[in-house]
Amino acid sequence: MVDKQLALEWYRKMALIRRFEEKCAEGYAYAKIGGFLHLYIGQEAVAVGAIGALNDDDDIVTHYRDHGHAIARGLDTNALMAELYGKATGCSKGRGGSMHFADASKHFWGGYALVGAHLPLAVGLAMASQYKGENRLAMAIFGDGSTNNGGFHESLNMAAVFKLPVIFLIENNLYSMGVALHRDSSISDLYKRAASYGIHGEAFDGMDVQAAYEATKRAVEHVRAGNGPVLLEAKTYRFRGHSMADPEMYRSKEEVEFWKQKDPITTWKARCVEAGIATAAEFDEMEAAANREAEESVKFADESPEPELSTLCDYIYANPIGQTEYQPV
Amino acid sequence: MRTITVRQAIQEALREEMRRDENVFLMGEDIAYYGSAYGVTKGFVDEFGEKRVKDTPISETAIIGAATGAALGGLRPIPEIMSINFALQALDQVVNHSAKLSYMFGGQMKVPMVMRTPAGWSQLSATHSQTLELLFAYIPGLKVVMPSTPYDHKGLLKSAIRDDDPVIFIEHALIYGAKGEVPEEEYLVPIGKSVVRRPGKDVTVVAYSRMAMLAMEAANDLAAEGIDVEVIDLRTLRPLDMEPVIESVKKTNRVVIAEEGWKTYGIGAEVQSRIYEEAFDYIDAPVRRVAGVEVPAPYNKHLEMAAYPHKANIVAAIREVLK
Ligand SMILES: Cc1ncc(C[n+]2csc(CCOP(=O)(O)OP(=O)(O)O)c2C)c(N)n1
Repeated sequence: MVDKQLALEWYRKMALIRRFEEKCAEGYAYAKIGGFLHLYIGQEAVAVGAIGALNDDDDIVTHYRDHGHAIARGLDTNALMAELYGKATGCSKGRGGSMHFADASKHFWGGYALVGAHLPLAVGLAMASQYKGENRLAMAIFGDGSTNNGGFHESLNMAAVFKLPVIFLIENNLYSMGVALHRDSSISDLYKRAASYGIHGEAFDGMDVQAAYEATKRAVEHVRAGNGPVLLEAKTYRFRGHSMADPEMYRSKEEVEFWKQKDPITTWKARCVEAGIATAAEFDEMEAAANREAEESVKFADESPEPELSTLCDYIYANPIGQTEYQPV
Repeated sequence: MRTITVRQAIQEALREEMRRDENVFLMGEDIAYYGSAYGVTKGFVDEFGEKRVKDTPISETAIIGAATGAALGGLRPIPEIMSINFALQALDQVVNHSAKLSYMFGGQMKVPMVMRTPAGWSQLSATHSQTLELLFAYIPGLKVVMPSTPYDHKGLLKSAIRDDDPVIFIEHALIYGAKGEVPEEEYLVPIGKSVVRRPGKDVTVVAYSRMAMLAMEAANDLAAEGIDVEVIDLRTLRPLDMEPVIESVKKTNRVVIAEEGWKTYGIGAEVQSRIYEEAFDYIDAPVRRVAGVEVPAPYNKHLEMAAYPHKANIVAAIREVLK
């Protein structure tokens, strides 16, 4: 079993993701948050376990369902909520929103909104690490739907050919938007696609933080030893709709209820308390801390300033040439 | 001064920058042992090794995506796309990633990447002969360069490699063998500066790449008749430097714009409307545009020649605006 500190820390992080996202849903209902909002609720164990198995300077790229990954990597929740509120203090200065959290200083290279298209970025980050003779690996996180996109196949092949240090992590939540896995994928055990590229593939229980951690640790060892990329598949489920706009006509209430019995947060606590790793009161303390942090992020976001209109055209280029200041049309 | 070809100018720029900076490397299809489709990277793998001259799978999406990722990781990748037509399979990466990362993440990332790709035509038919620079020039976040002379190819490519933003560097296959003066000493040509290639007082011709070379030939032919043509080479399509064009129009009051691409929505359309916006009062005759015929490129030699503009078309347009 895991040690107490780790068990509590995983719990705190999963609870923080959950509370943070419940605040997101509220903010969306109050129209404080706009655009697309894809909640990660139900999948928390994957982010916390898998990212917890990495070094802090391992590179991460992920998809638009990125809140959980950002929090697991330790991005500042104030800056994250402020980004959702579109504020100048947001992690991407209000330019990115929910789908584009990033913190380059934490090697969190961003959430990307084109399905499957960000995998090559991880290949390139790993290429840079290999080129410079560094020990960093890159992790690309994406949904099951992405494995049907060309970017997935080109990336796995290229990473395998160059023996690059990449972990490709599929979060198989059984749906791409409203299309069930068996309706859009030729196989249901997606990790088996690794065989096409001659690389190692493995699946784990994505509702179990410890399983996520241990499977990723094995992948990390394999990759860091210079054996090339690994394809991991988390078997998981999202409890909410694809995005806030989803009426969820494509799956039954019974199915959702079945998966909610596997809630990664409550089951983890129950398991640990039963095994005597920590007391219920100690877990509750973690939960209270998570609640406070989520609430504070909302206050911070609310009180933060809007970006100045005069900054509209900032950041288009790192090295601007000629007239680039904002001129009202 | 010595003269070298456009191809040699590009090779010199790549070699000098690779020697200068360890983090500069090449990647692309068939660039190592084949020496690249147009022979540009011939011999590079012998000098720099496989680490810095990487043959890749035929995966345009992954080539440009990985180059973008490698740039995030602190390298200065120069991915080659074998033909601009194949860049369509990389367009998503270029447009949605390379061009966007700086802005979308609030200035915390930069993408110092140069995507080199040849354009052009020579009986290659519809899918291998398209003039697509416009697609890239449309996108804020990219810098798009398409030079004509060997001097500019070398100086602009060196600037592009040192630039911290993604640069699309487009070469024209039909002018790889064109010669011109290039000094031995080191120099740079700045991105984002159009140039007056030939001063003149009667008419302004605005062009770039191969058409700028043809415009120079047309100007030399007409000089014999006493027609004094000013030629402006745009060199960079984004950011577009209109200053020398506007200056010139104020002097000559007559303009021809020459491009190989399709006229509708083309580069010429943009240049023309900027002239109308900024120098309307100085125009004495309608601006004429020389452009490609709006048809997919045909294979047949005669049909193909009819589909693209040539020196004669520029000459005819000049005579037209001088009427
Ligand atoms: C290239 C592309 N095609 C379509 C979409 C629209 N879209 C956004 S999310 C999504 C479903 C993706 O499902 P999956 O990869 O399984 O990830 P999940 O949302 O379940 O986490 C679709 C079709 C898109 N963003 N990008």
